Amino acid sequence: MNITVQVNGVSETRSVEPRVLLVHFLRENLGLTGTHVGCDTSQCGACTVLLDGAAVKSCSLFAVQADGRKVTTIEGLSTDGKLHAMQQAFWDQHGLQCGFCTPGMIVSACHLLERNPNPSEAEIREGLEGNLCRCTGYANIVKAVQQAARAG
Amino acid sequence: METMFGKSIKRREDPRLVTGKGNFVDDLKIPFTTHAAFVRSPHAHAKIGKIDTAAARKVPGVLAIYTGKDLVAGGVKPIPVGWLLPNIKVPAHYPLAVDKARHMGEPVAVVVAETPYAARDAAELVEVDYDVLPAVPDGADALKRGAPPVHDDAPGNVSFKWSIGDAKATDAAFAKADKVVKQSFRNHRLIPNAIEPRACLASAQPGTGDITLWVTSQNPHVHRLIMAAFVLGIPEHKMRVISPDVGGGFGSKIFIYPEECAAVWASRQLSRPVKWTADRREAFLADAHGRDHHTEAEMALAADGKILGLRVKTVANLGAYLSLFAPAVPTYLYGTLLAGAYTTPAIHCEVTGVFTHTTPVDAYRGAGRPEATYLLERLMDLSAKELGMDPVDIRRKNFIPPDKFPYQTPVALLYDSGNYAGALDKALQIFDYKAFRREQEQARKQGRYLGVGFSTYLEACGLAPSQVAGALGAQAGLYESANVRVHPTGKVSVFTGSHSHGQGHETTFAQVVADELQVPIDDVDIIHGDTGQVPFGMGSYGSRSGPVGAAAIYMSTQKIKEKAKKIAAHLLEANEKDVTHEGGKFFVKGSPDRSKSFFDVSLMAYLAHNLPKGLEPGLEALSFFDPGNFVFPFGTHICVVEVERDTGYVHLRRYVAVDDLGRVINPMIVDGMVHGGIAQGVSQALWEHAEYDENGQLITGSMMNYALPKADELIPIELARTETPTPVNPLGVKGAGETGTIASTAAVANAVMDALSPFGIKHIDMPLTPGRIWEALKGKGA
Repeated sequence: MNITVQVNGVSETRSVEPRVLLVHFLRENLGLTGTHVGCDTSQCGACTVLLDGAAVKSCSLFAVQADGRKVTTIEGLSTDGKLHAMQQAFWDQHGLQCGFCTPGMIVSACHLLERNPNPSEAEIREGLEGNLCRCTGYANIVKAVQQAARAG
Repeated sequence: METMFGKSIKRREDPRLVTGKGNFVDDLKIPFTTHAAFVRSPHAHAKIGKIDTAAARKVPGVLAIYTGKDLVAGGVKPIPVGWLLPNIKVPAHYPLAVDKARHMGEPVAVVVAETPYAARDAAELVEVDYDVLPAVPDGADALKRGAPPVHDDAPGNVSFKWSIGDAKATDAAFAKADKVVKQSFRNHRLIPNAIEPRACLASAQPGTGDITLWVTSQNPHVHRLIMAAFVLGIPEHKMRVISPDVGGGFGSKIFIYPEECAAVWASRQLSRPVKWTADRREAFLADAHGRDHHTEAEMALAADGKILGLRVKTVANLGAYLSLFAPAVPTYLYGTLLAGAYTTPAIHCEVTGVFTHTTPVDAYRGAGRPEATYLLERLMDLSAKELGMDPVDIRRKNFIPPDKFPYQTPVALLYDSGNYAGALDKALQIFDYKAFRREQEQARKQGRYLGVGFSTYLEACGLAPSQVAGALGAQAGLYESANVRVHPTGKVSVFTGSHSHGQGHETTFAQVVADELQVPIDDVDIIHGDTGQVPFGMGSYGSRSGPVGAAAIYMSTQKIKEKAKKIAAHLLEANEKDVTHEGGKFFVKGSPDRSKSFFDVSLMAYLAHNLPKGLEPGLEALSFFDPGNFVFPFGTHICVVEVERDTGYVHLRRYVAVDDLGRVINPMIVDGMVHGGIAQGVSQALWEHAEYDENGQLITGSMMNYALPKADELIPIELARTETPTPVNPLGVKGAGETGTIASTAAVANAVMDALSPFGIKHIDMPLTPGRIWEALKGKGA
């Protein structure tokens, strides 16, 4: 069936099988491979994108459920070649190592600050419990979110 | 020019990774790609009967279905083992099971289709007649009389029996001991869980016979060598293996796996690219697991706390087949570590490697060393308790003194350098131990149970030299290569055999090169993970990239400098001995005004219009660094926990880590690796556990029921370092990738046991989950 999704500000119309997952639509149909798949059970959060501004796990939605809605992926965060404050903070604070969980982690963290612009450390840790990172032990991810919060 | 070594410069790989522009295997797209899906045994042990593919073949888009028999008929050979021990049994491990499936998730057939969805649909329709047989998933059970046999050619399920140390001297030490402390330990099985699942894309070119394999590999040259020389018989020079951005490894991406062998074979059959990406369920079932020991250990002590001897008997569960380096992990990476940081004069260790009906076990972050450290550091605490000593005092009493290096242990290793008391002292400057004991006492009166655990660990990494490793059974060399190419404009490409999958080599290696060649770091590119570009390489594991890989790069930069200086001296019409290289320029000492830049020299190297007589044009140097020894990082980790009396839940309260990693190239990156390592070690102590039921079904087979650490369960870590350079490599660096994991599990377990000491509890096997602690506390009063 045909769906139209506004992805990173661009309206995209494609024909997809009804069973195609949103993450596969982004990666395979649109070539937006920044959104990753790390698990099949919606634990790891590597596939997190914003759907109408809210963080969702794109492995747990069908592409057809995004029909007529707005999706922002990691590729859509930076503007005019300038890193988003959260991307900059992850870089500055060494909030990533292998970088595989990073796109989902950054998108989740953006949504976290959207809901709570001045989170405590505990609130940051709780807010990111739906995103797994195996490399960092989260210490520098927390610092990155704190930096981004300070940057407003 | 600003020195880069020792600076926390931000990572050069990050801009692409934070913007979604990484280049992971599953991101790759080439035209006409087909997709593979594997049919896997749902049983731990079963005879494979008829495989009916008729229904599967009718799925639109299906191109081919291959079984184990098809691969054997097509000339595919078993996947070999890279480390052989005396009298070891190595049963054949074919990429697809042929007659029998021997663990849940073992691949039985592969479907190749036009789309991944079609491949999966068809895989579900392949009907396999299984004759289910009894299974034995536990290592100790597999040794019992009458246990179901895993392989006909491994009687009693034994792959090898191995020992190290002096049994007689150890018996004598026990005979004169004032105290013997015994404990059985279970070091349970773990699943690595790099967040990027394994993936491969094989592309055969029928015209030339060339094949390119993109694969999630920590060591692409090893992948190529083994596929070419052993499994698939592809001429090595016709195969290129590329391992692009890789999303974590922790050991699990070292090994040659069935799926990538099958994908390469299928691509050659179909003359089409074949892609496979594991889902997480497959990662749980088919990535090599880690640890899984049953151990009986005893320590002989004098009344004053001096260790006299150590005796260890371990059964190591190897799983259903020998994975690539599996035999080395519970032997040379385990038994040799049992001296730790201590002067123990007599040690004897026996290891039995056994087959079971489980996923193969191999190196997982630390690989043998966490198992050794855990049992040793637990025994130190248990011994202190038995002797009425403080856990800090018993450690100090037994430390190898700093003036005794190089130090020969009774279990083969020759330690390079160390100051174990120095690291402990520094940790105790950060952590006020006396104040903690007072707080603990007060808390107990209020019914709150705090505990502190120490781990004064030592580890061995950068395994070397090749000659010794070969004598001990390694089927590979353990050097590293580096080719440094200076281009005519003075820009530098560095081709390293190390592989970065999170370690930040594009930054740290460039720091070394920028310093040595005195060029801006932006002029240096680090190229890794491509057998088509890098001359050779052993890859990254065992914390070897700094002490071996970076050291090889350093060697090449010295050769470049030497040649550059010759050219510069010639251009300056000066004697080479009088020429110096400072601030990015070559000049005669004392005359910096008349100089040649690195650009001038590089350009002339390639123009070759005016070179010293007899000097070849070009400016490029290849080195292979084969270190003379391991390097031995060490340190002190201190963990504070609080255990809830009513629920058994363990709260982490504080974590202090003082590590000595020799000289440090980039402190920020090293801190990050230590953080992550500690998270994994803490997680083994408290949460992670790969569990099989009695039929060999993996009951923790997804992220829903295998407890990976989350942000809200971990705490900030207080890090500090001491610095004792190693003489083993020219940079003085020791490995940094595994210390956190090696040290932390014991620190956490010791802390929990300290917290539970008022209840008379001496030991509980990990993971120290609320359920296990609650069980132990039942009916016990403080």
